[in-house]
Amino acid sequence: MIEIRGVTKRFGSFTAVDNLSLSVRAGEFLTLLGPSGCGKTTLLRLLAGFEMPDEGVILLDGQDVSHLPPYRRSVNQVFQSYALFPHLSVRDNVGFGLRMQNVPAPEAAARVAEALEMVSLREQADRLPHQLSGGQRQRVALARAIVCRPKVLLLDEPLSALDAKLRHNMQLELKHLQRRLGLTFVFVTHDQEEALTMSDRIAIIHRGRIEQLGAAGEIYHRPRTPFAADFIGQANLLQVAVVGRNGTTARVRVGGGLELTVASAELPAGARTALVSIRPEKICISKQRLDTENLFEATIEEEIFQGATDQLRLVTTQGTRLHALVANESAMQEAFHEGDRVYCGLHLDDLVIVQAE
Amino acid sequence: MHAPADPAPLPGDRRHPGWIAWALLAPMVFWLAAFVVVPAAILLVYSFCERDEVGGVVFRFTLENYQRVFDPVYLRIFARSIGYAALTTAICVVVGYPVAYTIARASEVWRHRLLLLVMVPFWTSFLIRTYAWITILKQEGLLNGFLQAMHAGGGPFNLLYTPAAVVIGLVYAYLPFMILPIYGSAEKLDNSLIEAAYDLGAGPVRAFSAVIVPLTMPGIAAGTLLVFVPAIGMFAITDLMGGAKVPMIGNVIQNQFLQARNWPFGAALGVVFMLMFVVTYGLLQRRGARLAG
Repeated sequence: MIEIRGVTKRFGSFTAVDNLSLSVRAGEFLTLLGPSGCGKTTLLRLLAGFEMPDEGVILLDGQDVSHLPPYRRSVNQVFQSYALFPHLSVRDNVGFGLRMQNVPAPEAAARVAEALEMVSLREQADRLPHQLSGGQRQRVALARAIVCRPKVLLLDEPLSALDAKLRHNMQLELKHLQRRLGLTFVFVTHDQEEALTMSDRIAIIHRGRIEQLGAAGEIYHRPRTPFAADFIGQANLLQVAVVGRNGTTARVRVGGGLELTVASAELPAGARTALVSIRPEKICISKQRLDTENLFEATIEEEIFQGATDQLRLVTTQGTRLHALVANESAMQEAFHEGDRVYCGLHLDDLVIVQAE
Repeated sequence: MHAPADPAPLPGDRRHPGWIAWALLAPMVFWLAAFVVVPAAILLVYSFCERDEVGGVVFRFTLENYQRVFDPVYLRIFARSIGYAALTTAICVVVGYPVAYTIARASEVWRHRLLLLVMVPFWTSFLIRTYAWITILKQEGLLNGFLQAMHAGGGPFNLLYTPAAVVIGLVYAYLPFMILPIYGSAEKLDNSLIEAAYDLGAGPVRAFSAVIVPLTMPGIAAGTLLVFVPAIGMFAITDLMGGAKVPMIGNVIQNQFLQARNWPFGAALGVVFMLMFVVTYGLLQRRGARLAG
């Protein structure tokens, strides 16, 4: 659907997008995820046609659109601030694109009505944007873009202005709509939770390059770089030395002396040091001994209540500090308190090597 | 989608100003009363009075002054004044809009520099600037000298004391008053709205006519008001650059007060002129209110 090949965009001496290649499949929900200033918005603007690449090409359905102005591309964008025309009613906002494309009035009216129905705004059709709530404006912006039947819909942090609850609803609605209409979405966000909830695939962008591209679950469970591990979710990143190999496993040692077993498949032959990522919720905590490859003892230094979960700060007998997340389960389960000595278990697959030298 | 339909917050939950607010407003209220309300009232009273042989105002009620205002001679002068003012306004919009828009879209540093340039003429007296135009336009002036140096055939052209000179003078004098309000509304224009128009398939021309112009309409309306109304009443430029050959309503009013010494008639012309202003303003306000929703 979209083919980005070796695209570079510079602003003065700053390289916003750096020799980036990416292909977007028809009908998928692809998220560009990264911190602010990573180049994700510039990449979206290159797709929309608001910026032209300095190098590389962008193909849309096989056609080179790299230097076409936005009004000659069949992509549409939902803007971060919605960018609704304040002087036009909801109906005229949604119908704007059809009017500009000279769609005959009766057909345009029918498509606008259909789009308004789809976002449940039929009754607000004659209102002006400033008479709507934030969530309603968001839906107008969505309807205005979708009604043009774009080959690809670009969304620039469209939910960032909504409050948490509405935002969560809209995430599900958007995902639902995308599936139902079979549209191709390219979604930009800096919110990793949003990315995980909605995307088929996620591209983590860092310094104008793709740090990792993959399905949401793959990105979360198998981060391939320290940046990806740290940016998505929380991670304990441990610098380890490789002390021995034994077939499919390898022994590694953390600074204070804590030894762990990892799967050796991800550890290149000859690697002497590595960076291991451990998700806090993967650390299994118990007052009883656990039957697992990696078992060590730790003391709970601090317990932070977070509602459904408790965040625990652990320090192992060897002095290694770890964050762990445990569910705040029913009163039938064990409860943990500051100062408790506990056993920590880790499955082989939960130790992910994100860097090795 | 079933998010609740939050009503937009109601505007204007404002309390009546307290005594501190009135104290702060007092200088302005006094100024308006002393220099606007009272003179306007005097004008209104005079316009219904008679005049004696030596030009004094006699306080006897009459409608004669207003009957004279609607004499075809004066109506034609009114019409001509409105025509010149309308032409001036139109030229100011056409010339001023691109200037204002360009300034508004420039980088912040350039915005300030260019705005300064627009305001530089105000540092010199208005009359001196008008005289400067005379030296440019007169028969042996700069423009003719330049044209002759370039060997452009014809000339020297008779530019000064023509209707064209009056319009040049009016446009020159009022252009900043068109540029500044348009700049004000163009500067507030959110760039993403223009991008949205492009994104939805509008080329530059249609993005301009369907989005940019409607959203800067308040600036155009304010500029029109600031140019059109004073241009109708302007008398100095028509005197100096038009050679008093084509009197405008401003010249007539000035004449009635200073030369003909017929204050009541001058007052009646003034009242009609003010009413025209009020009507124009009212119409523009209604339009503005509709645009603002």
